Amino acid sequence: MAERVLMKGNEAIAEAAIRAGCRHYFGYPITPQTEIAAYMAKKMPKIGGVFLQAESEIASINMVYGAAAAGVRVMTSSSSPGISLKTEGLSYIAGSDVPAFVVNVQRGGPGLGGIQPSQSDYFQATKGGGHGDYRMIVLAPASVQEMASLTIKGFNLADKYLMTAMILADGTIGQMMEPISFEDAEIENYEKPWALTGTNCERKHNIVNSLYLQPDQLEIKNFERYERYKLVEQNETMWEEYMMEDAQYCVVAFGIAARVAKNAVVAARAEGIKVGLIRPITLWPFPTAPLAAAADKVDGFISVELNMGQMIEDIRLATQCKKPVGLCNRTGGMIPSPDQVLQSIRNAQKGVY
Amino acid sequence: MKSTQILIAGFGGQGILFAGKFLAYKGLVEEQQVSWLPSYGPEMRGGTANCSIILSDSPVGSPIITNPDVLVAMNLPSLMKYVDAVVPGGKIFIDSTLITEKVERKDVEVFYIPASAMAKDAGFTTLANMVLMGKLIKETSVVSFENNQQTFEKFIPAKKVNLIEQNCQALQAGYDF
Repeated sequence: MAERVLMKGNEAIAEAAIRAGCRHYFGYPITPQTEIAAYMAKKMPKIGGVFLQAESEIASINMVYGAAAAGVRVMTSSSSPGISLKTEGLSYIAGSDVPAFVVNVQRGGPGLGGIQPSQSDYFQATKGGGHGDYRMIVLAPASVQEMASLTIKGFNLADKYLMTAMILADGTIGQMMEPISFEDAEIENYEKPWALTGTNCERKHNIVNSLYLQPDQLEIKNFERYERYKLVEQNETMWEEYMMEDAQYCVVAFGIAARVAKNAVVAARAEGIKVGLIRPITLWPFPTAPLAAAADKVDGFISVELNMGQMIEDIRLATQCKKPVGLCNRTGGMIPSPDQVLQSIRNAQKGVY
Repeated sequence: MKSTQILIAGFGGQGILFAGKFLAYKGLVEEQQVSWLPSYGPEMRGGTANCSIILSDSPVGSPIITNPDVLVAMNLPSLMKYVDAVVPGGKIFIDSTLITEKVERKDVEVFYIPASAMAKDAGFTTLANMVLMGKLIKETSVVSFENNQQTFEKFIPAKKVNLIEQNCQALQAGYDF
């Protein structure tokens, strides 16, 4: 077994990215994810990689676009306000069908907001953020181990489906330390015949571009892209179910909220309340199937989130509004306590959502 | 299931996060489940700092501590803020050089250790944090008192290994107090 090491969530992302073959990091500092940049600044020069602190978030995402077009594994990381600045680039990357890996260690918003943990960029990550018809694969780690494993997964998925994979974490998971091991790192290699690597006068020019002035051409591109997205939905949806076998109530939570919710589920079970947890690991594609199945069994759902209830819309869509969905939330950088979640579960038992 | 939630709190610069790191690495070395969560907000920038450590024999759920089993207080504001959150039957470790107030609660066990004075007298002024850790290990047994040297070597950078000996001495002083 690989040795267990203690790492911060942010450092685990950086180390995993390097192990995934990423040798190009472009970023701009912002709390609470700066450890990623710091780790890269220290490590990249030693292994022949590039660490570059750009003049802004906008510059750094366009550097990612350029490096991705050249076919190399590349990443950037930021936190909420910085990701807003990067969304134009994310849209161009989507429109050009190049693979990129992006990390958002969320903090409270909107605006400059605060620097404490948050999940309020759920809409931005799962519904677009930038303009145009596009999707990103959104991965929501709930532990330091998952910060590493989902980073490696993210690079693989980005290359496989030619799109952006985003880690949607929060300040808690970014800052906390837990023991992890890297034994599971499986790097998948994909040919990139479309990459801009120089023709050596031996082949035709490759073109990476998101501009299609002919509407019928642009429509074909969009249809093709959504065929690919369909495959992602079919093949790559990930979730965890906890104590759902006999559950009468279902808590839905991701990331740090799922950690808190799990404590509450254990406490509620001790009181004799039959409650379980579904934890989406991919937020897009959203785990529709297990929630739809749960909707036929449970009396109701409780969404636990560090925002104003952004995931509820997806839960209602997945369950076709068959059962009530309550909200247990804190926002602005606050985190619900297990007791608060437990109270919501007790309320659900009384039919109060 | 055995799980201990430890909250260490004080001013920035007192080695709050470092002390927590030491406990976390002890847990790691001893094959326990561990989480270490620092405060990183405006509070840390010139104000109070705190650090939550959970040591457990099963996977750690929430890393956030609402009601600690063990509180280590290195300044009065931290003691005031967290004293009532400690679970009944919990243990509180106080640097009595810096905090002269007494805890009024009767349902917790309180240890008053003049850690800052002890550290100063022994010639390692900045290691009151580790004096407290020594006492904490003695009274809680959350981790063993063996292999401290090797534990430090796991996370102290090479250019600072010369400081390990003093850290061990500070631990010992607290353990023997």
